[in-house]
This record gives sequence, structure tokens and C-alpha cells, in this order.
Amino acid sequence: MLFKILTKDGFEQLVDGILESNEVIGPKRVATGANGKPIHQYLPVTSFGELDLDYETTEFPAKTYFLPYRETLSTFHFDEADWTQEIRYRIQPRAIVGLHACDINGLLKLDKVFGRDAFPSPYYLSRRRNTLVVGIDHMPCEGGFCQSVDAHVVSHGFDLFLTDLGDRYFVSIGSDRGFDLVGKVENREVSEDDTHAYLAVRRRISDAFKTHVRTQNLPTLLDLEFDSPVWKRWGDKCLSCGSCAMACPTCYCYGVNEEVSMDFTVGTKVKQLHSCNLVDFAMVAGDHNFRPSRESRLKYRYYHQHRGFAEAYDEPKCVGCNRCGRVCLAGINPPEVIADLHEEDRA
Amino acid sequence: MSTELHRYDITQESDFLQPRDFNRKTLLQHVDQVFRAQITNIIDLTSEEKLFHVRLVKDHQRERFTFLPGQFVMLEVPGYGEIPISISSAPTNKGYLELCIRKVGRVTSVLHKARRGALVGIRGPFGTSFPMEKMRDHSVLLIAGGLGLAPLRAPIFHVTENRTNYDQVHIIYGTRTPDQLLFDYQYEQWRRINGVNLSIIVEQPDEAWTGEVGLITKLIDDLDFDPANTYAIVCGPPVMFKFVCNQLSTKGVPMHRMFVSLERRMHCGMGKCCRCNIGSTYTCVDGPVFDYWSVMNLKEAI
Ligand SMILES: Cc1cc2nc3c(=O)[nH]c(=O)nc-3n(C[C@H](O)[C@H](O)[C@H](O)COP(=O)(O)OP(=O)(O)OC[C@H]3O[C@@H](n4cnc5c(N)ncnc54)[C@H](O)[C@@H]3O)c2cc1C
Ligand code: SF4
Ligand code: SF4
Ligand code: FES
Repeated sequence: MLFKILTKDGFEQLVDGILESNEVIGPKRVATGANGKPIHQYLPVTSFGELDLDYETTEFPAKTYFLPYRETLSTFHFDEADWTQEIRYRIQPRAIVGLHACDINGLLKLDKVFGRDAFPSPYYLSRRRNTLVVGIDHMPCEGGFCQSVDAHVVSHGFDLFLTDLGDRYFVSIGSDRGFDLVGKVENREVSEDDTHAYLAVRRRISDAFKTHVRTQNLPTLLDLEFDSPVWKRWGDKCLSCGSCAMACPTCYCYGVNEEVSMDFTVGTKVKQLHSCNLVDFAMVAGDHNFRPSRESRLKYRYYHQHRGFAEAYDEPKCVGCNRCGRVCLAGINPPEVIADLHEEDRA
Repeated sequence: MSTELHRYDITQESDFLQPRDFNRKTLLQHVDQVFRAQITNIIDLTSEEKLFHVRLVKDHQRERFTFLPGQFVMLEVPGYGEIPISISSAPTNKGYLELCIRKVGRVTSVLHKARRGALVGIRGPFGTSFPMEKMRDHSVLLIAGGLGLAPLRAPIFHVTENRTNYDQVHIIYGTRTPDQLLFDYQYEQWRRINGVNLSIIVEQPDEAWTGEVGLITKLIDDLDFDPANTYAIVCGPPVMFKFVCNQLSTKGVPMHRMFVSLERRMHCGMGKCCRCNIGSTYTCVDGPVFDYWSVMNLKEAI
């Protein structure tokens, strides 16, 4: 990896340059929460000033720019008994500025599912490759446990990654496209002092985590505790609203539906993000439901995060942002649920 | 300073220029583009099931299309939806696919109203298949309950077309009532094949029924075969294959030599939507065909 130093003005110029002819998405302050803290969301900005790079976290992840909540997969044009199918991928470039390490790790996990393996998705890949990703380091957010799942650092999956050294940014360069951008504004080589300062910041961040989740042996524990009463305890609280999956940077399950226009000339096949907590997730014809209880669905979500994905890719799907815990009206959150499982283990 | 970000057009990737082929899973291709296909024939089987002959319209696509017994396709009815359906024909039949469809909901009802000549879409083939090569030189039990005969037909065709490759062949089929029996016009044909044993049983006979009465397990009880030299394919509802496989297991057939086909809700067929997951397993790519030992090890499978 190559590293450079940018002044803060230099970085502003860099973003302004992109803004002139492209869409830029970034953390924007949108409201104040009940606890007095500002609420941020990743939204399009029109000037550098609208970005609040000092944000703690966002309510929803940037997932929507890669896996939109609703996306047209294809369009059927009807002509009497005949039809043609039209498929389009989004190819307009854009930049997302200010993603934290956990969210970039989230993208890397989505890359594994949608970019590799069986049947790479052109819908996803086209969006991903047309998106410039600029990340930034930050102190742990409240309740975040990304360190426990190794998602508090990231070494690829971005174009540029900034670490704030007070009056300047330490920039990790992750792609040629990022390298070219840095070259367009005033920059300098990294000095020994810069490296020390950078490592000090990284250490300070690492030492600041307060929320920890025990993840050693979690896949096996989950298998052992498949019938644990813990699932019923938490499952009984679950409202089956699906908010946790919407707030999760790595939840990608979806459903496909087709709609026909009023004049019967066009049919659209639409993909819509779903959630395994929703009651119809595993429902099939004849009203049979493979996961009829709230408990079985909640459990399934945890299994996918910490066991199923781990089995396929040797790492959990969860990046520890705790957005699902924050958004849940029933107070269901991974640190407590997983701690409970470990308790059960000892009981 | 203005920076125009590069526009990347994924369809210009060299992968995209290759012909679409769902057997090549790692190919970057239009994964949602269907093969245009025409319903060339509709055969009434029972009051609930019809058999559709579906022919890919483009010659080169039809010629390229290959599948293995046990695989399924996603059948698209534009404007209504897309559903997973097992391929119910012989892999050697290059002219058309046979799809046996029970009317249960939205898409299947539209299909049941479709006329000959209607254009549908096909994506696939998807999923795992029955390991017909491994079964070579062994006896095979081909067992189906109810609609399970639909996915079982492809292996039946394979075995009967390659009869010398297999030792004893038993086809065992059961339904609740006689009027639910599928493909009754084919029984005579199968029976006449030298060395193929067909037995049929119904749970609730009507006045006209003269055959066996009872559960399918009864036929297996009476069956004379060498468990150490036998493979089994069992297609049907979970309760049925569970009973049958446990019975075969008691008789000494190893669990890794019994194969079943699982059904789950499916919205992509490509290991993406997660709707078909059983624990961490994607029924669409890791299945639908599993050996029984794997099924026993899948949490929430049966
Ligand atoms: C691998 C596989 C092979 C199959 N083979 C056959 C076959 O050969 N013949 C046959 O008649 N049926 C088969 N099925 C079942 C068939 O897919 C469903 O009956 C069909 O999806 C019902 O769709 P519908 O729109 O008519 O029903 P609705 O109840 O209106 O369904 C709405 C949606 O639910 C989903 N859905 C409902 N039931 C099922 C189900 N059992 N499996 C998957 N998705 C479902 C579909 O996405 C469907 O679009 C198979 C299923 C699987 C998974
Ligand atoms: S865990 Fe919470 S957010 Fe998720 S579905 Fe249940 S109630 Fe909704
Ligand atoms: S499961 Fe919860 S904590 Fe883990 S990545 Fe998803 S939203 Fe964040
Ligand atoms: S059908 Fe979508 S993942 Fe299996």
C-alpha cells in the first residue's frame, strides 16, 4: 500500500473537484436524537461543508448505494403475446466519502457474496466499481464492537482511507484511481513523524473500545446452543419488524416481485431487500412456513451472521457496528444476545 | 480542478461477450436474462398437475443447454413471477424440457391457464444433481411420493436409457389416492423394460383400484435387494423421505448412498437472496439434491 500526506485544505479541494461533475455521498447531520446526540445519515451532498466527517455513526449504512432497497432487475415489454426483456445496470459513477472501517469491511463481505463465488452479480459489481470509496478513521462509536469481529481496521476495499492527524490527513491509497486523485492536489511523502503519529492514533482507537463480544468459538457454540432457551427469551421480544436487517451493512437477503403496468404494456421485475425476521421469509405455497416462530427467525439471523457466513468465508458476516441493536425497538442487540449464549454455556 | 470519475461499463467485460451459460457459475454474465422459451405441448396429468413441454426458441441456446438429473430451472412468466421447477425430462432430450407443475398459487395458476405457443422464460439449470455416475454398477431404488415423481423422472430416464450401467432397478411410487397418480400412461412402458421393477401403492383406494394399498414403506418392507450394493433416490415431501430413508438405513443402506431433493422458497436460484437457506446451506446451489447424511446434519432441515 502507498501512503501520502494531504493537508485538510488539500482534501477539501480533492472532494470539491469530484463534486463538480459527480454525485458525492457522505455523512450528513439530519436531526438530533432523544439523547441529544446528532443523528447522521449517508446522503448526497452539494458542498464539502455539508459533510460532517467527525460523525460518530449513521442510523443506516451506505448499503443502499450498492444494494438499493428497491431495484429493477429487468423490464418486460409486451407486444400482444410476445415480449422482450430489457436489463440495465447502473453505471453512473459516484463517490462516497467518509465511510468508517467497519462499513468498508461490510462492503468487502458483500463483495464476497455478490462479486465472487457462484453467479457474480452485475447489478452489484457495476455499482461497486462505479463508486469511489473514501474511508476515514474514527474513535469507537457507542456500543460498537467492531474490534471483536476484527472489523475496526481495513486494508483494502477502498480507494483512499484517511487518518486524521490534527492538521493533516495520513492517507492510505488503495487504488490507482485514488492515487491519481491525490496527485491532483497538493500532497507530500510520509515522514517518520507522520508514521509515528499515525500509529499512535491507531493505538488510541484500539485501546478505546468499551464494548466487547466474545467471538472465539462462536460458530460451535451456536451449534451447541441451537435449542437453547436464550432464543425463546429474545425471540419473544422480537416484533418481526425487520428493522435490524435494514440497518445492517451486511444483511442482503431479498425477495423478487413482478408488477404489470395499468395498460399491460410493461412488466417490471423488482428486487426488494427483505429480512429473515419477517414472517413470510421462508413461507411457501400451501401456507407452509419453514420458520413459523419469531424465535426461529431471530435465531436464523444470528446464525447467518456468526455461523453460516463464518463457515463459508472463515469470518463472521457481522462487522460489529451495532446499528441493529440501536434501531431495535425491542432492545435486542448482539452484545447482550451473544453474552447470554455464553452464560447459557456456563449455566 | 474538476475530476470526472471514470464510467465503468460492466457489459464491456470480456466475460459478457461469451454466450450465457448457467453451468459456468463463475462467468460474469446477465444473470437475470432469461432464455426465451415456448410452451409447445401441454399434457393434463391430474386435476392439479400438468406437464409442459418447453422449447428454447433460439437454436444455439437450445443446443448449448445441458443439465443433469435432479437440477431445476427458474421458470419466468413475465409480469407474474419466477418459480423454481425441477426438470422432469431426459437429459438426452435436446428438443424440449418437460416441466410437471402443480397448481398451488399465483404463478402456477397462470401457467395452468397458459395455451400452447405461449412464451415463457427459462434460467438455469441450477443446483446439484443425483450422482448417476457414482451409482454405476450398483442397484438403484428410485422412490417417489406424490409430486416427487416429477424430479424423479430425470433419473428414471437416465437409468432406463443406460440400463446396462446399473444392476437391479426398482421404481417405487406412492400417492394418497389413485387419481393423484402422475404419468400413469408411462407405467406400462417402464414395466416392459427388461430388469426394471415398478411397484405402485395408494393410501386410500377407490372402487376401481386393484393394486397395493398402504404407505410406501410397505413396498420397501417387501423389497428384496442387497443393501450393501444399493443406491437410493428418494423424492417426496419431508415426512415421506424421512420415513423411507430411516427404513432403508435400518435395512443397511448407508446414509451417504441415499439422495433426496429439498424444496425451499427461492427467489434467485444463485445463492444470493438467502430465501432458500437451511442454516448456512443454500438449497439452490448446495442443493436441492443432498445425500441423507448431509440432510441429517442440516439444522432445521426436516
Ligand atoms: C428446487 C425446487 C424444485 C421444484 N420443482 C417443482 C416441480 O417440479 N413441480 C412443481 O409443481 N413445483 C415444484 N416446486 C415448487 C414450486 O416452486 C412452487 O410450487 C411455486 O414456487 C409456487 O409458486 P406460486 O406463485 O404458484 O405460488 P404462491 O404461493 O403464489 O407463491 C408466491 C411465491 O412464493 C414462492 N414459493 C411458494 N412456494 C414455493 C415452493 N414450494 N418452493 C419455492 N418457492 C415457493 C415463489 O417465489 C412464488 O413466486 C419446486 C420447488 C423447488 C425449490
Ligand atoms: S430484532 Fe428488533 S429490529 Fe429485528 S425484527 Fe426483531 S424487533 Fe425488529
Ligand atoms: S448484525 Fe448488527 S452489529 Fe452486526 S453488522 Fe449487522 S447491524 Fe452491525
Ligand atoms: S434461491 Fe436465492 S439464495 Fe437460493
